[in-house]
Amino acid sequence: MSLAELICPAGTPAALRTAVDAGADAVYCGFQDATNARNFPGLNFTPDELAASVAYAHDKGTKVLLALNTYPPAGKVDLWRQAADTGALLGVDAFIVADMGVADYIARTHPGVRLHLSVQAAASSPEAIRYYCENFAVKRVVLPRILTIPEIREIRKEIPCEIETFIFGNHGLMVEGRCSLTNYLTGQSTNMDGVCSPASDVEYKRHTDDSMSSQLAGFTIDCFGADEKAGYPTICKGRYTAPHRSEPYYAFEVPISLNLSRLLPDLIDAGVHAFKIEGRQRSKSYVRGVVSAFRQAVDDIRAGREANIADLVALTEGQKQTQGAFETKKWR
Amino acid sequence: MAVNDMTNLTLGPIAYHWSTQTRRDFYARVADEAPIDEVYLGEVICSKRAPFHEADLPATIERLERGGKTVILSSLAEVMLRRERKATADLAAMEAPEIEINNAAGLFARGKRPHRIGPFMNAYNEATIAWMAGRGATHVCLPTEMPAPAIAAAAAAARELGLGVEVQVFGRASLAVSARCYHARAHGRTKDNCQFVCEEDADGMPLRTTDDRPILRVNGIQTQSESYIGLLPEAGQMIVNDVTHFRLMPQAVDMVAVATTFRNVLDGTHSLIDGEQALRKLCDGISFSNGFYHGQAGYRRIAAAAAN
Repeated sequence: MSLAELICPAGTPAALRTAVDAGADAVYCGFQDATNARNFPGLNFTPDELAASVAYAHDKGTKVLLALNTYPPAGKVDLWRQAADTGALLGVDAFIVADMGVADYIARTHPGVRLHLSVQAAASSPEAIRYYCENFAVKRVVLPRILTIPEIREIRKEIPCEIETFIFGNHGLMVEGRCSLTNYLTGQSTNMDGVCSPASDVEYKRHTDDSMSSQLAGFTIDCFGADEKAGYPTICKGRYTAPHRSEPYYAFEVPISLNLSRLLPDLIDAGVHAFKIEGRQRSKSYVRGVVSAFRQAVDDIRAGREANIADLVALTEGQKQTQGAFETKKWR
Repeated sequence: MAVNDMTNLTLGPIAYHWSTQTRRDFYARVADEAPIDEVYLGEVICSKRAPFHEADLPATIERLERGGKTVILSSLAEVMLRRERKATADLAAMEAPEIEINNAAGLFARGKRPHRIGPFMNAYNEATIAWMAGRGATHVCLPTEMPAPAIAAAAAAARELGLGVEVQVFGRASLAVSARCYHARAHGRTKDNCQFVCEEDADGMPLRTTDDRPILRVNGIQTQSESYIGLLPEAGQMIVNDVTHFRLMPQAVDMVAVATTFRNVLDGTHSLIDGEQALRKLCDGISFSNGFYHGQAGYRRIAAAAAN
């Protein structure tokens, strides 16, 4: 049986302590700048906060993974190198990287620290994963949320590193690290700035008929009736019209959360080493609820008991959940 | 506008599911009439479409080469299925013509033999370009969303390393790729049962917001910009900054005339104002954008730059 580590989000020092106390095997976090893909106001760590947090986590036997998973634009690479140097100095257990230049720098400069390949690198085949393993000594790959369990099982047989998969949180549709939708509408880049649908560009508008529209940078992403709950305007979860579809429809995906709680035994059986819970931007109570529930579930499975997963649907987006691509190819 | 008749004009791979006959006619005209130096061929977006035009490839290559064009074969942007892995490995095994790689699986298969880096490879910076050059890259096409200062810094680094540097200056930007086919979804189908419905939209399927504003285009698993990137006014600055190749993406407009317009302005035989006017006429009803280049929202048209 694989380790089935539970990798938990830590958007703030308080969330990190919450995740550690709730039983995370590892937490992942980032600095307060463009070096990570959740570069939102009010989130992330100063170097001092990270130092204290690493000490807290290590005291309780929890690992700390530092996300350096954006792509430095030319001329600004030093910010990523300094972040790696600081992380190594503070004793983080692994770096989560996507950019080849960043991976190369860390592999040469900090060979003692593990490298994990971020989902932002979009490595979805054994060959792509092996490229990063052989060139940068990557020890673990975070797989894109677009593979079925049989596909994961096949990949596992052909790669020399561990596998981490998302099990709960955002249901990402676009191949991560290949998406410029936010930059197209807002001028801030997911890849270079770590920004996806930034709150600073979000506006909700109430209309005279009591309907509500959600906007991003002045573009209407969705429209809700008076009795509907208005969702966050993420471009890939908006409603649009097409020439043969005059009624607005979810052209890419409905707002929905990924929840693989029922598939945990299958994922372990397929050789997945680590389960990732998404949500660095979420509250402490969210982190406590989700981490505790999955801790219990993983412990039950490891002890050979039937996992008794608490009902997590209240914590999902729009109270809707899916097993996404993991269960069936029909999703595509 | 800096005059530079040494700058290469390239024609990117066709992103859409154009019919076999349309492709044949298109490349025959490009071969005979377009002032294009290099042509990228091959299916980059959806592996299901490849069988439709694979048989034509040798003849197309021969035709284009007879027309004086350099041909480069481009690999798939997304590689998951067995047939996609095989197609990528087969391409990487080729010695001629040149190849452009768009997925790390291709880099793995290619080893240190020479190759080009495609726009899907996220070569954003000098460190990554240096790494790639050390692994056999001879040329890099920068990501579409890069702003001017980063383009300049990347191109300077590439020049030092002896690599060609390419920037897309015309056509819809690729904004995202997915495992799901949005064309099939729009028609209530799945990717495996798509019945190639994407062939209905030669320039992508337009999406509009609920308040009827054009926003994006769907092309199978790819999401594109509604606007065409139009960097003719910025080309002079890019030449000064060591960009060596300008990429025109094939759209459903007269691409020979588009290429001729770019060539004429780059050569200094036509003014920028005349060139801009010609492009507007050729692409009637299409909006042009240059926001990415100017570090602003990609869809924007920065007027100050257009007036330069």
